[in-house]
Amino acid sequence: MAELDTSQQGGHKKGPGVKKAKKLSTRVDLTPMVDLGFLLITFFIFTTTMSQPTALRLYLPKDTEKQEEQSKVKNSGALTILMNRDNNVYYYEGELLPDGSNFKTSNFMDIRQVILDKKRNTKPEDFVVIIKPGPDATYKNTVDMLDEMFIGDVKRYALVDITPQDLQFIAATEGVPPSGFTAPASN
Amino acid sequence: MTAMCDVAFLLLAFFILTTKFKPDEALSVTTPKSVSTRTLEGKDIVLITMDKDGKVYFSVDDMNRPEKLQIIEEVNEMKALNLTDAEKAAFARNGSFVGVPFSQLKSYLQRDPSEIKNLQQPGIPVTDSLNNELQVWIRAALTAFQGKKMNILLKGDNEAKYPSFKGVIDALKKNEQFKFSLVTDPEGIPPDSELGRRAAREGASVTDQ
Repeated sequence: MAELDTSQQGGHKKGPGVKKAKKLSTRVDLTPMVDLGFLLITFFIFTTTMSQPTALRLYLPKDTEKQEEQSKVKNSGALTILMNRDNNVYYYEGELLPDGSNFKTSNFMDIRQVILDKKRNTKPEDFVVIIKPGPDATYKNTVDMLDEMFIGDVKRYALVDITPQDLQFIAATEGVPPSGFTAPASN
Repeated sequence: MTAMCDVAFLLLAFFILTTKFKPDEALSVTTPKSVSTRTLEGKDIVLITMDKDGKVYFSVDDMNRPEKLQIIEEVNEMKALNLTDAEKAAFARNGSFVGVPFSQLKSYLQRDPSEIKNLQQPGIPVTDSLNNELQVWIRAALTAFQGKKMNILLKGDNEAKYPSFKGVIDALKKNEQFKFSLVTDPEGIPPDSELGRRAAREGASVTDQ
């Protein structure tokens, strides 16, 4: 244990290390104070630098060109990802077939692999991911999906509105109609 | 040993003095996480907040007081609200934000700051595409910031539903603002992903976008 040396070397009559009996020691052990000091320092070091929120840049296409852009994209290279309540994720490649045979269900963990597989199988200039959040999807779902674009190194992606046809298949899979959507009578 | 003690307290004093406390936010929002490491813009910020119920709030950086005054002037003219100078000054106050429709704006600006902290505001209406009030606010902000680059920050709660987000995006698109930043918390890059592999090759700056 460290000790503060307050003794004087020249004044001892009885030799080193010999203390007079019944005299109270005036030595104060300062190790705990130094420990506390360092604890407080580390606390302040960590609180000054750690709380920086980060920014995720989002670039949107102009609305007027959207129709042309959607038809220019080669359908075979497009991967559409839909999201709705309870963190449900659905996807299909290319265009949605009327009988819904290519409508598949997934979740946030597996979608990373789906994106990766599609990316590997498509030419870079044809590969585009279309993200369609449904009316019950949370903001977190949308940001997580945008983050997946970043993680998967997807260069082209678009955030577009969900179509009634997509909503129909979601309603069929979830069993509950999405908010604000009424399924048409004829199927 | 005394010397070490002195050094320890000197360092401690240094860090105490250089700690900047975050300004007290009236709205508590849990932002989602992302792997981006790009830091937020520091000035000329227009902040749009979405809380967990999807309510939208609009505020401007405290450093831009002249722009704030101009914004409230524009809104007053455009919507014929007949705001008094005191109410306009209340808007330009530090830390102020708006979360009410235009119809309630006058009475909202008359309130005390301590009242506002406990007030449950209805939020700026954005979901109705015909009456997207945020669009008006953004247009006023654009006029106020004329010539200078305005940094739009979108801070949303995890639980906010997509329709509010879409309303905010539409308001921005109609004002020709296509570039903005989403405020997120930092998160580590998953190592076994494309980005993870790129990071291993090129270094950590790959997430700075």
